[in-house]
Amino acid sequence: MGTTLFEKIWDKHVVKTIPQGPSILYIDKHFIHEVTSPQAFSGIEKRGLKVYRPKQVVATADHNVPTINQHLPIKDALSRIQVQQLKDNCEKHDIELYGLGHPYQGIVHVIGPELGITQPGMTIVCGDSHTSTHGAFGSIAFGIGTSEVEMVFATQCLLQTKPKLLRFNIEGELNKGVVSKDIILYIISKITAAGGTGYFVEFAGSVIRNLSMEARMTICNMSIEMGARGGMIAPDETTFNYIKGRQFAPQGEEWERKLGEWKELKTDEDAVFDKEIDIDAADIQPMITYGTNPGLGIAINALIPATESIADEGERKNLVQALEYMGLHGGQTLLGTPVQHVFIGSCTNSRIEDLRLVAEVIKGKKKNANVQVMIVPGSQQVVAQVYAEGLDKIFIEAGFEIRQAGCSACLGMNEDKIPAGDYCVSTSNRNFEGRQGAGARTLLVSPLTAAAAAITGVITDVREIL
Amino acid sequence: MEKLTIIKSTFYPLPIENVDTDQIIPARFLKATTRDGFGKNLFRDWRYINNDETQPKPDFVLNQPQYHGQILIAGKNFGCGSSREHAAWSLLDFGFKVIVSSFFADIFKNNALNNGVVPVMVTDAFLEKIFQLGCEDTLTVNIEDQTIIIDITGEEETFEISNYKKTCLINGYDDIDYLLSNKEYIEAFETAS
Ligand code: SF4
Repeated sequence: MGTTLFEKIWDKHVVKTIPQGPSILYIDKHFIHEVTSPQAFSGIEKRGLKVYRPKQVVATADHNVPTINQHLPIKDALSRIQVQQLKDNCEKHDIELYGLGHPYQGIVHVIGPELGITQPGMTIVCGDSHTSTHGAFGSIAFGIGTSEVEMVFATQCLLQTKPKLLRFNIEGELNKGVVSKDIILYIISKITAAGGTGYFVEFAGSVIRNLSMEARMTICNMSIEMGARGGMIAPDETTFNYIKGRQFAPQGEEWERKLGEWKELKTDEDAVFDKEIDIDAADIQPMITYGTNPGLGIAINALIPATESIADEGERKNLVQALEYMGLHGGQTLLGTPVQHVFIGSCTNSRIEDLRLVAEVIKGKKKNANVQVMIVPGSQQVVAQVYAEGLDKIFIEAGFEIRQAGCSACLGMNEDKIPAGDYCVSTSNRNFEGRQGAGARTLLVSPLTAAAAAITGVITDVREIL
Repeated sequence: MEKLTIIKSTFYPLPIENVDTDQIIPARFLKATTRDGFGKNLFRDWRYINNDETQPKPDFVLNQPQYHGQILIAGKNFGCGSSREHAAWSLLDFGFKVIVSSFFADIFKNNALNNGVVPVMVTDAFLEKIFQLGCEDTLTVNIEDQTIIIDITGEEETFEISNYKKTCLINGYDDIDYLLSNKEYIEAFETAS
């Protein structure tokens, strides 16, 4: 029997297996940021340890940084201390830091791939659930908690139980106005926010093969939103071309050697998954969420499910609570609902291709006067590219605000928050209660649908203005 | 980590599904650089009106004086969303040693175990029975036997926990101790690859 892509990488990284217990898994790359690392650093220090393999750790500041005036000291005292502590810890432990002001700074899941640090066949972890993003390169990448960050600091290893494996086969032609964000929102709406728990997911099929690297990252990014440990895609020419020539990509002979290894990384024809789900691309429309978990999504022109139609009592209660929070009701359409904010950013959709999609829709148009639109590029390099390509002019002319790189209103930890009761059409990945600020109401969409709402001021089917 | 063997306690019922870690501890409280003091912000936005500590929401379970104890009972898919371990720290700091649900999100489960908070997964039917109990009724969770018992009726279920994790909880060890004891294997692995 053949083996899966996941198993090929997993097997190569198992140091030892505890009988009837977890395995010690070796970690190739460890990304860290300011919010989930301080307690891990103090943890190893309390044990009298140093970081074991500092060269395999890369740090950036993203979650808690301001997105304007990054050259000035951070105003909020607690945030300033946290960012400063990251700097001190990295210096003390000899870890490379792309902090504020560094040309490589940005959201950790944007910079890893963009710098060529993320490579096929690796095991990658970070104290952030969206580490699944890096799986787009054919790596095993997953989010961990702070105690686990401490474990990797101390030993470059983790104790992991091998997850079950699930494959989505997505075949067919994508409809007009449908992009990778819609594919993943569609999948999560079908399988629910918990449907992937216990699984590691592989995304396969002709639709996936035809996607760009950045579009693949959007899909793997949101694997965690169905509860999966991570998501991955077999590397191919698209992957290799993307990595080639990047700052930390292998070069010369090393490149050739690696390329040979990477080409082996695919699921064998006769490999067996614990579960497989086939998806027909024709069924996917531009998507939007209406509730308070990413599984509560519908096609943009569909009606919100009527609460009476839900048989399971727990689920029904959940939906009633979600709709109450969202100020919506079962059976209604979202189309035409006025929105006050549009947020274009986050590790899901803040890369240059996402911003190009937005620019295409809004070119020569102005935003609706009642909407505030914020574009937060994922990294300093994306910011630079926005200016180099002249997208900034299109955004400014439309009345959009361009910010500096960071997580920003994706999690509302810095001052970029959505006021209570306001609707925010957002390209981020989580619509939890209060995620973008206490009382904020988030509707998750693709960059195209976000751009459409920015122009019309209401929730709009982007196909009508394309 | 504190050693855990048997926990017998009353509980707080939270019959809500998909409780995400943003609800358990909202992002604005993640700026701390130590592990302490998160309990006062546990479920912050469900607990207080307008984030004001002097205005507790009377219908939220943590504010209802008849409830107390070291066990939290929650609807399915508890702890989904962000990997923030602060969620486990805030539950622990508030005084919870056991969380009972019919389903847990993966990362949360690990984070909880790594901090000596035991996630006990029961069937939907058993969960429903617990929700029907009174506020003075107790549950007994036995880590060694892997059982949870409704004391008043004697009804019992077993729950899953790996042998390895069980040993850790009972002895108060954590994964780092274990990994460090395997340093020679790790070094050998690095040399070989
Ligand atoms: S952009 Fe949002 S989801 Fe991504 S790492 Fe930052 S906070 Fe997490």
